[in-house]
Amino acid sequence: MTNKTLRNNIAFYAIVVVIVLISVFPFYYAILTSFKTGTDLFKVNYFPSSFDFRNYIDILNNGKFIRSTLNSIFIASTTVVFALFLAVTASYALARVRFRGRGLLLMTILAVSMFPQIAVLAGLFELIRFIGIYNTPWAMILSYTIFTLPFTVWVLTTFMRDLPVEIEEAAIVDGATPWVIITQIFMPLLWPALVTTGLLAFIGAWNEFLFALTFTASETMRTVPVAIAMLSGSSQYETPWGLIMAASVLVTVPLVILVLIFQRKIVSGLTAGGVKG
Amino acid sequence: MFKKHTLTNSPTSSLQQQKQRAAFWFLAPMLLVLLCVAAWPLLRSIYFSFTDTSLTDLYGGEWVGFKNYLSWRTLSSGRTIYSGTLVDPAWWNAVWNTVKFAVVSVTLETIIGLMVALVLNAEFKGRGLVRAAILIPWAIPTIVSAKMWAWMFNDQFGIINDMLLTVGLIDHKIAWTANLDTAMLSVLIVDIWKTTPFMALLCLAGLQMIPRDMYESAKIDGIHPVKVFFQVTLPLVKPALMVAVIFRTLDALRMFDLVYVLTPNSTATKTMSIISRENLIEFDKFAYGSAQSTLLFAIIAVCVALYIWLGKLDLNGDKS
Amino acid sequence: MAKIELKNLSKTFGSTDVIRSVDLTINAGELMVFVGPSGCGKSTLLRLICGLEDITSGALLFDGVSMNDKVPSERGIAMVFQSYALYPHMSVYKNMAFGLKLANFSNKEMEARVIEAAKMLQIDHLLDRLPKQLSGGQRQRVAIGRAIVRDPRVFLFDEPLSNLDASLRVDTRLEIAKLHHKMKNTTMVYVTHDQVEAMTLADRICVLRDGNIEQVGTPEELYSHPKSLFVAGFIGSPKMNFLTGDIAEKHQCHTLGIRPEHLVIDHNDGIWSGEVVHTENLGADFFLFLDLGIKDPLVVRLDGQQRIPLGTQVNVRPLEEHLHRFDNNGLPITSTANSETI
Repeated sequence: MTNKTLRNNIAFYAIVVVIVLISVFPFYYAILTSFKTGTDLFKVNYFPSSFDFRNYIDILNNGKFIRSTLNSIFIASTTVVFALFLAVTASYALARVRFRGRGLLLMTILAVSMFPQIAVLAGLFELIRFIGIYNTPWAMILSYTIFTLPFTVWVLTTFMRDLPVEIEEAAIVDGATPWVIITQIFMPLLWPALVTTGLLAFIGAWNEFLFALTFTASETMRTVPVAIAMLSGSSQYETPWGLIMAASVLVTVPLVILVLIFQRKIVSGLTAGGVKG
Repeated sequence: MFKKHTLTNSPTSSLQQQKQRAAFWFLAPMLLVLLCVAAWPLLRSIYFSFTDTSLTDLYGGEWVGFKNYLSWRTLSSGRTIYSGTLVDPAWWNAVWNTVKFAVVSVTLETIIGLMVALVLNAEFKGRGLVRAAILIPWAIPTIVSAKMWAWMFNDQFGIINDMLLTVGLIDHKIAWTANLDTAMLSVLIVDIWKTTPFMALLCLAGLQMIPRDMYESAKIDGIHPVKVFFQVTLPLVKPALMVAVIFRTLDALRMFDLVYVLTPNSTATKTMSIISRENLIEFDKFAYGSAQSTLLFAIIAVCVALYIWLGKLDLNGDKS
Repeated sequence: MAKIELKNLSKTFGSTDVIRSVDLTINAGELMVFVGPSGCGKSTLLRLICGLEDITSGALLFDGVSMNDKVPSERGIAMVFQSYALYPHMSVYKNMAFGLKLANFSNKEMEARVIEAAKMLQIDHLLDRLPKQLSGGQRQRVAIGRAIVRDPRVFLFDEPLSNLDASLRVDTRLEIAKLHHKMKNTTMVYVTHDQVEAMTLADRICVLRDGNIEQVGTPEELYSHPKSLFVAGFIGSPKMNFLTGDIAEKHQCHTLGIRPEHLVIDHNDGIWSGEVVHTENLGADFFLFLDLGIKDPLVVRLDGQQRIPLGTQVNVRPLEEHLHRFDNNGLPITSTANSETI
């Protein structure tokens, strides 16, 4: 009997180890590679063999990469702030006010967030050319709204629906208008949800590739994902793997740290966005 | 004043009116923005697909009807020549690639995700750490994971070939991403690696809503764990799982970035999004690409409509 | 000081009538309790007075002025909610001052009012705390304090004691009674499902059932002269005994009601006799359950400590002046026909 439970335990932990290994290994290997240069790069190692910071020095001295990072930070933050600003008031209306067509409206918003982005590419391209923001960060900020805004509205609506009704009613009796209720009562109560939603939207905007690829022309306007995808070596046939891995690690580590810090909240945000429906 | 209210049946008082007025102004900016960035471009894209607009001359296009979708002319010899996306083998290749990718990836992600969730649902030491670990693939940008795996799949110096050679599963190095037979497999592996955590976490959230005493009573009754899984667990997580599946399917159908970076220009993996963009931007067949993107939109719209119709999904805000 | 008049007031949610043409006058300065079983519409009626629900038809007047079109904050009301509904992120002081701040009171006036109310409720040492740092009873006081500082014409309570545990409930009930005596100029409306709370607090009680008013009157009136079988059964604890069949027919009625406290053991003249099937000893009271051979046992209330073993045969006599007779519609038979029944 104990033999059997022991065997079961070992099998269970073996599965756990395999899950963790598969999850973590590619990132671990990227870090490993990022510290390798020259011919070291072409020897397969499973454990750290050399610590050469040259890739990191190179990528940080490469002005274009820094520029792309700044572009990405600016674009993702602006998009998120913009989306949250519009979404907070909209989600109050969707969560707390009864009106005809509310269900349909919510569904439409969800549908927009599930949009194939390619379907609007041609129209957006025209719009962006028309406004004259092609090849500027504003092109991305405008186009990212198409997925960040519905997402934030949807998630905040589910969070806002869960706030107790009586607190809102107490505020109404106290003479609070809907605007005061949102800004002075709900926002302070919802800030964890706002942070989570904002973070998820930020990650979405940070990782976006199709629009960033299409709406930028010059290297200085690229965002991080495009820059990494386009990173090339001295010759066309040589891929600078060490450099690419160093850049990848640099843009991923902050994200991984953020995600691990906000682990629990992110899961609740994802569930709110995905499951509660 | 008094008369007025005893006589009229005013359905809304000033409080409701005030709230609804506020709701209108709260929703208006968001709706306006969505109209500008989603509805208008979508309509323009659809419009372009019926014209011969080109990338260099966006306003010079003329209405051509269904020419980009399907058209034919009969030659003097009596032979009929068809043209348009619907008879374009490259398009149909992309359609099958996308469908194949969506079906296989979502199926495997769901199964593996559920399995991982079941493991994480058990109480064991270090569970928090494991949950953190599986979040890592999800947190890594798609482009970065594509590059990481491209390096691991590298034919000459890749660690995958090294591993498989060491174990003896293969006898020569394989060009995973370049080879037509293995390109799709590579894309699937990376996508499953990256997206299974998302599925696992959603499943886990569903599992944790099942009360523990349900398992305990099943255990006391001596029901086999496998039977418990299929008769208790699965039916209870199914609603949550189905929503996750539809979201993932829609996501898989629009797949673009991973394929673009991992297996560029491989006909074995070109998806509908890839081929639409190629025509739109790179090949200067703007209107033709628009037709393809419109078709993709139509396919996804039909999927969603079918799902809502079949599943009677309650996305309504009211719980009543 | 406000007289509240409800004229022909109705409320429908979709196709369900929650309040059906209610007419009621609540006098200035009185404490009116709405009581009734769950789903009777008592909370909805309160929310109509408050302005949180819209009035479907009819009129609501405060001192003769229509309130139908006024938002809650314009009505001069304050409300204490069942769950207290304190703002979790604000200190006690800010919770109490929030309404005044929105009404653009000066800081000085605001502080004066908050401190006065806080002293009155003995929560002045808690002003810097957050709601989560308070006990249930303290939270309830803050909720009341938040209402007091508004100096309302009408004070509304929505089951304010139901979240408190039993002992605290009695204390807070006393507190509210005191408040009512202190705030003589404020009309109070209090909703509860607990008839004991209603009896102890109310100047007048309004018993509701299915969106209709069953009876309005002082606790004494409701107890002594219930105008329906429903009120008779709802007010009083333990419940009034209802006897039907032969026993009722002897008194020329469909249902005969007699409260447990209006029955006495009388071995000679006891007209009803039965076997003791159950007893409850509550210390000060002793309840006897007699099987008269009808559906429900007859409950008799006796004083103090008694020892009556199960199975004893007991004869009881109702106090004739306390008999309640009802016809088959549940309405009281008013003719004082006591002499006929004997």
